Parts: sequence; C-alpha cells; structure tokens
Amino acid sequence: MIEQDVLAQALRAALRTGAEFAEVYAEDKRSSSAYLDDGKVEQVTSGRDIGAGIRVIAGDTTGYAHTADLSVAGLVAAAEAAAAAARKGGGGANIVALTRRIVRPVNTVSMYPETVAKAAKVALLVQANDAARSAGSSIVQVSAGYGDSRKRILVANSDGLLAEDDQVRTMFRINVVATGDTGMQTGYRSLGHTYGFELFDRYDVQDLAREAAHVALTKLKARPAPAGSLPVVIKAGSGGVLFHEACGHGLEADLVSKGASVYRNRVGDLVASPLVTLVDDGTMAGEWGAISIDDEGHAAQRNVLIQDGVLTDYMWDYLRGRKEGHAQSGNGRRENYQCLPMVRMTNTFVLNGTQDPADIIRNTPNGVYVAHLGGGSVDTATGDFVFGMTEAYLIENGEITEPIREGNLIGNGPQVLSDIDLMGNDFAMGSPGTCGKDGQGVPVGDGQPTLRVKSMTIGGTAG
Amino acid sequence: MSSDHELLQLARGVVERAKPGEQIDAYVSRSRDTEIRIYEGDIEQLQSAQSAGVGIRVIKDGRTGFAYVGNLDRKSIEETLAEARDNVQFGTADEWAGVATPDGVPVVKQDLWSEELEAMATDEKVRLALELEKLTLAGDSRIRVEASEYADSFSEGAVATSTGIALYGRESGCFLSVGTLADDNGETQTGYGYSVGRNPSALDPAKAAKDGVERATRLLGASKPASRRTTVILDPMVTASFLSIIGSTLNGESVLKGRSLFANRLGEVVAPSFFTMVDDPTNPLAYTASEVDGEGLATRRNLLIDNGHLRTFVQSSYSGRRSGSASTGNATRGGFKGTPGCGCLAISVNPGSKSQDELIAGVSDGVLIMQVQGLHSGVNTVSGDFSTGASGLSIVNGQLGAPVREFTIASTLQRMLLDIVEIGNDLDWLPSRAAGLSLVIEGVSVSGS
Repeated sequence: MIEQDVLAQALRAALRTGAEFAEVYAEDKRSSSAYLDDGKVEQVTSGRDIGAGIRVIAGDTTGYAHTADLSVAGLVAAAEAAAAAARKGGGGANIVALTRRIVRPVNTVSMYPETVAKAAKVALLVQANDAARSAGSSIVQVSAGYGDSRKRILVANSDGLLAEDDQVRTMFRINVVATGDTGMQTGYRSLGHTYGFELFDRYDVQDLAREAAHVALTKLKARPAPAGSLPVVIKAGSGGVLFHEACGHGLEADLVSKGASVYRNRVGDLVASPLVTLVDDGTMAGEWGAISIDDEGHAAQRNVLIQDGVLTDYMWDYLRGRKEGHAQSGNGRRENYQCLPMVRMTNTFVLNGTQDPADIIRNTPNGVYVAHLGGGSVDTATGDFVFGMTEAYLIENGEITEPIREGNLIGNGPQVLSDIDLMGNDFAMGSPGTCGKDGQGVPVGDGQPTLRVKSMTIGGTAG
Repeated sequence: MSSDHELLQLARGVVERAKPGEQIDAYVSRSRDTEIRIYEGDIEQLQSAQSAGVGIRVIKDGRTGFAYVGNLDRKSIEETLAEARDNVQFGTADEWAGVATPDGVPVVKQDLWSEELEAMATDEKVRLALELEKLTLAGDSRIRVEASEYADSFSEGAVATSTGIALYGRESGCFLSVGTLADDNGETQTGYGYSVGRNPSALDPAKAAKDGVERATRLLGASKPASRRTTVILDPMVTASFLSIIGSTLNGESVLKGRSLFANRLGEVVAPSFFTMVDDPTNPLAYTASEVDGEGLATRRNLLIDNGHLRTFVQSSYSGRRSGSASTGNATRGGFKGTPGCGCLAISVNPGSKSQDELIAGVSDGVLIMQVQGLHSGVNTVSGDFSTGASGLSIVNGQLGAPVREFTIASTLQRMLLDIVEIGNDLDWLPSRAAGLSLVIEGVSVSGS
C-alpha cells in the first residue's frame, strides 16, 4: 500500500516536535452491497475508501490527523498536523527502522468478493425474498441485504513495528413483516463471517429467510410481555450480547483506568457466578470479530477475562498498556482510518457448562425464554444495562408456551452475572454484531450456551 | 452561495456526463472537524479531521446503481461513475425510480455558517474545554469528570442532478460536553451536560457544568421503583428521542412499503386535540436546520399532526411520485456513502403553558424520566411496541421525591401519543432531529421491583 521509506519519512515528520511515539495506520477498503425491498432489487452499491491516520503521543496527549492522500506529501502533512496537536517542545531527529512483522493469518478466504459476479450476489436476495414470502399469506413485506468488504490495513510505528492484514467480511440479513388481527410484527435474522462468498456454501439464505418469516408469524400471536422480575432462560448463541453489555465494556482498560467501570480494582475478585468463564478471542477463525492483527498492529490473541467467576484481567490497547506497564492484548481497534484506536472487544463468549439445555427449561417453573436478542447498551460506571428481546416466550410449568411481544430486559451487570445459576453444555456463537463506542462501530462476535439468570426485570406491560 | 462553488462544479461535472436515457445525481461533500478531549487538566486527545467524497447514482430504464469514493480526485470520480453505471444492470426496474426534478419551491435562506467559529484559534477551543472541566469539578465535591470535550464541525455539500438541480449548502456548529461521575458511599452514578451553538459565543460552559453535576448527583441513592401503571413526565431530552421515533413512523416510504403504524390513517385522530407536531428544517433555531434536502430540493415546513389529526407523511421524490403526491423536501442522506432515503428533518411540538415544576405539581403519583437507555433495542416502529430502560425521580403528591433507576417504562407508540395529557412550555432546541419539551403521559407501565 505504502513504501517502507515513505512510512519512515512520515514517522520522522510526526516525531519532529519531540513526541515519544508515532504511528501510521493506512487502509484500502473496497465494499459492495445489494439491497432488496418490496420485491425489488433497489440498488447495487460499490464503495472505495483509502486513507491513513497518523497518531502522535507526547506525554499524556494524543494528537491525530488523517488524510485520503497516501503520497509522501499527503502523509507528511498529516503527520505534521498530528505532531502540532501533541507538541512537546524540544524536538529531535528520530530515525525509525521498520521491521516487518509476519503474523499468521487467522482467517482463510477462498472466494474473494471481487472475484464473484454481482449477479450472483443479487440472486441471493431474490432467493431469500421468495423463500420468506412463500412462508404464508400473512407475510406482507420483506427486505434483504447483502454486503461484503475487503479491507487491507497497514500499521507502522516508531517502535519499528510494521504489520499488515487483509480482512474480508461477508454478511446477509433479512427482515420480514407479517400482519394479522393484532397488527404488524417483524422477524429478523442475520448471518456474517470473516469468509468470502464461500459463506453461502455453508449457509443457505433461504433457511435464514424461512426462520425470519417464522418469527414474524409466531409473534402475531404474542401476548404482552410481563412487567416485573422473573427467571430468564437465554437460548444458546443468542445471548452473548448480555455479557458484552453486562461486563465486556466494563473490562475495557480505558474505562477502568478512568474509574468509569464497576469492575475497577476487582482483579482477583469473584465478580460472577463460578459457572462463568468469559473469553475474548480475536483468533476465533471465521467469526465476525476475528482479525490477524488489531488496528495497532498487535497480533490478535485469546484472553481469558473471567475464570470460574473470578476476574483475571482487563482488555488493553497500546496507550493503556504503556501508561500502566501492562502488555497489549490485541484489543486496540478502530472503525476506519479517520478514527483513533480504543480498547474494543473482538469475539466475546462464555464457555460451556454441564447442564442439558432441556433440563434448564424443565427446572424453571415460571419464567421467560429468550430465543433471540436485539441490541443492548450499558452504563459502565453503574453497571446498569439493557438489551432487547426480539423473540421470546413464556415458560410455564417447565415448558415453553406462548410467544410474548418485544421489550427490553434491564439489569445490573455484577448482579446479573452472580445470578446466573444454570449453564448449559450447548455452546453456540451468535449473529454478527456491530459494537458502538464513542461513535465508532467495529465488528464483533459473541456466544454462549443456554443459561439461566435467576431473576431479571422484564420491560413489558402485563401486570 | 455562489453557483460556481468548486464542489458544485464537481457535482455538475458528473451529471453532465449523463447519456441519453440516463438520469444521474451526484452528491459531493466535504467536512472539517476538530475534537478536543480534556482529562485531569490536560489535553488527552486532539483530533483534526478532514474528509470529502462523492456519491453517484445512475438510473436507467427504472434501474438504479450507486457507487461512492472517499476523495475528490478526478480519476477516482471517473471510476466511481463507471462503477455506478455497471451496478445499474443488477437492479429491478421500478417505474417510479428517478432523481428529483426541480419543483419551484424556493430555498429559505438561512445563516448556518459561522465566520466567527472559523476564525477561532485552537488554543481558545482548548481553553473552553478546560474551563468546563474546572467548573464541573467545582460544582460538587462528589463529582469526577470522565471527559470534558469541545468539538466543532464545518460541512459543505453540493447536489446536482441531470434534471437541472444544482445547489450548494453549508453548515457549521460547535459543541461542549462533559461526562460526569458522582460517588457517594461506594455508589457511583453518571450524568452529562452539554451546550451547543453555531457560534462559540452561544456556548455556555456554566450551564453544561451545572447540568452535568445535577444529572449525576440527583441519582445518588436511587432504588428500583415498584412495578405499576402510572403517569410519567418525560424530560425534554427524553421527549426529543420519543418524538424522533414518532417522526420515523410518519415516513412516506414506510407507508408505501407497509411498514408504518399510521398507514391509511391520514385525517384520523392519533393524539389529543392540543397536540400539534411539525417538521421544519427552515427554522434556524433547529439544530438540524438546513436549506436543501438530500436530493437537492428546498427544505420546507410540513405540518405532521394538527391538533391531534394526522395530516402529512413526509416524502422523498421517490415516495412522492409513487404515492401520487410529491416530495415534501424530506430526502435524507447519510453522507456521500448513501443513497437518499426519506425522513423527518427537524421536528418540534407546539409548547403548552406550564413549566416543568407546574406539571409535576399536578401529578399525585408518577415518575420524572430523566434518562432512557436502549431505545434502539426496545422499540419496534413496525409493531409499535415501546420498552426502554429508564432512570429519574419519583413524583409523590406533586413533589419530586427519591431517585429511581434500573427499571423500564413500556407502552405502545400509538397509546403513548393518545395518552399525552399535558405539554410543557419549556421548548428546548436540543442537538437532535427533534426539539425537546416536558411531556406528561398517563398509563405507562413501570417495571421494577
């Protein structure tokens, strides 16, 4: 993408005002997408983003500037802007010797998006639309989206690091509307992996469409969700967002070090039920948050955050690691070259327990069974978090019975983690997610086995 | 603005290349942003960003193709036009597809660009954020500041179409915000405060600091309220979020595609008779005021709900044509990377006569909702289900009482509109697509202990 001597020149310019650290992050991203709605392929879109961001750190101050011009002049101008933002006085002649770091690729891709005919991508939309609509006459609307991207990134810094990655992602989503006596209801399913077009050799978009249609039709019969506290059983592969919100964000070292996390000063403490072992793993090949290197050039790794309920470590990026003398953990990520990296999750999941999931339901006399979750959010300082249930049922006398309408569940992270009293043996990863923090979205994965929280507040209307 | 602005020249240059039978629109934008974050009396981050790009839409025989590129380089634009053309063949023919055509509605000129802001030195921006941190910390000994920020942005955009539209517009704005933490007895609560303006002189660090302190400290000692059906008063910031959601259901494209709660209900009563809601981006007080919509048509005032009666669905040129009406100047555009959509641009509700204190005085049992959490995950604008996490202050016999948190409020969007019983006089032009004011709503389910 950029020659080594050009990178070295940019880094030298960035260090000219006396900063201790400088970094160039460059990316070249091509993306394509296609969208079907109301029975029509509304458009096929292609996008191209190329640029570089330059970060300069002097003392406690970080300066950042970016450019879409990857020539020597463009990079040096951005480097000077970033250096001016983080000026320290003094200045010096730093010579940067870059050593290319060879990182074993985490993901393997066999059909790169640019080698696949656009017509084949569009055909998937039509198949999914037909499959959803054939699920019944109550299906009144369908939209479907296909998207792929190939992003090549390069990171070089004044510590001599030079690393590159080639990141491919392919996704598909479908949204179905059904109508009946009770009004309209929606069903949604999505699929996404760090694969190329071979994704669709492994998964059938028609199955995905039929599932989404089934959910919308089922919800037509939904009763109002209960209000108040009840036991909640969460189906395998649908509740990773609970951990993402209940503790994932609170274990990001940048929030911890500012005292904006309920998990500050808690390493070594029991912070969850002993049934919980929580892992963040960027090396989980094929998953939505899988990367070979993070956006600071550090190789992705598997980090155990909570072991048998005990907090073992936080997640780290370069800046927090440097300030606190802790190793980076491969969690320095950013949305694109226009953004500073931050501590971010990759694929975050809870390991298997021993229970048969059917027993978990059988042993719950009265509660809510959540089969699919929407998004969530958390206030890391208080630990209060919410997440939406987009497909849920009542559990009555140990059996899943009536579907219930959508709503949020609310809880407090540490409380909910310690209230997990049953953990299944049926681990599954969930749907692809986009995690937002400080306005930046990054792709993340999550997963968990079927589990039970002994009490959570359900945001319904039925007294 | 002069018609030969360089961005407009670029956009025109693209659409002039339309071949017979082709329609093209080009959206060219450029922005400059500065963001300064202060932590513990020092600059933690200083980011300066400049970005620019072009989005090109080509329509031929009713089929649409689109492509964008993140720079203004002539060769890249050339490739992007070729890519958009190539994408056309894969679309489905749609007889209503097309770019906007001039509709004769004149642009309401507004002064949305500040020379004063443009001339402001970086050191002065840093000083404002430092002052905000200092004022906030001085406000209460239990307060910590997570981040004190100054941000500004200057954005310019040009739209040209092969049907003769060619318009350029620009806006600037600046923003101060503080994220707060209040600690007491091992408990932590969070809050925020902000101040926003087109000019640096409109920024009020003292108000932002005061709000940041109050929002966090007022929640200290909060407990879970009892589950019940009760009256809630939405604080202006919460009302703004609620109105944005209501606005999204009045979208002509959703109506056509069978995704709106309010389809087939024009003229019907959907809210109490004292409730009137407009979308008016020509009002310069609105944070999202603009002269031109995402397709290059003049923005205009649209009456959405008139004394409780549903009057208008907002339209883009596509939904206007397809529904047999016309664009209401409501095409939206998520920057150069997206094609035009349809939506409200600057919503507000006609204020009532009482202050928030007077509204509280009229409630015997209820909750003042000061913050909501999870609107994106707990509201379904197709089914109307509404459920959100909340925190606030309990209301007992017309007085504010103990703080409450970790509960949800739930109803349906249809019900909530009809259940509005009073509107405050505290109209506030918030940094949002909707203005805020206090709203009293009966019969909302509180789910707590």
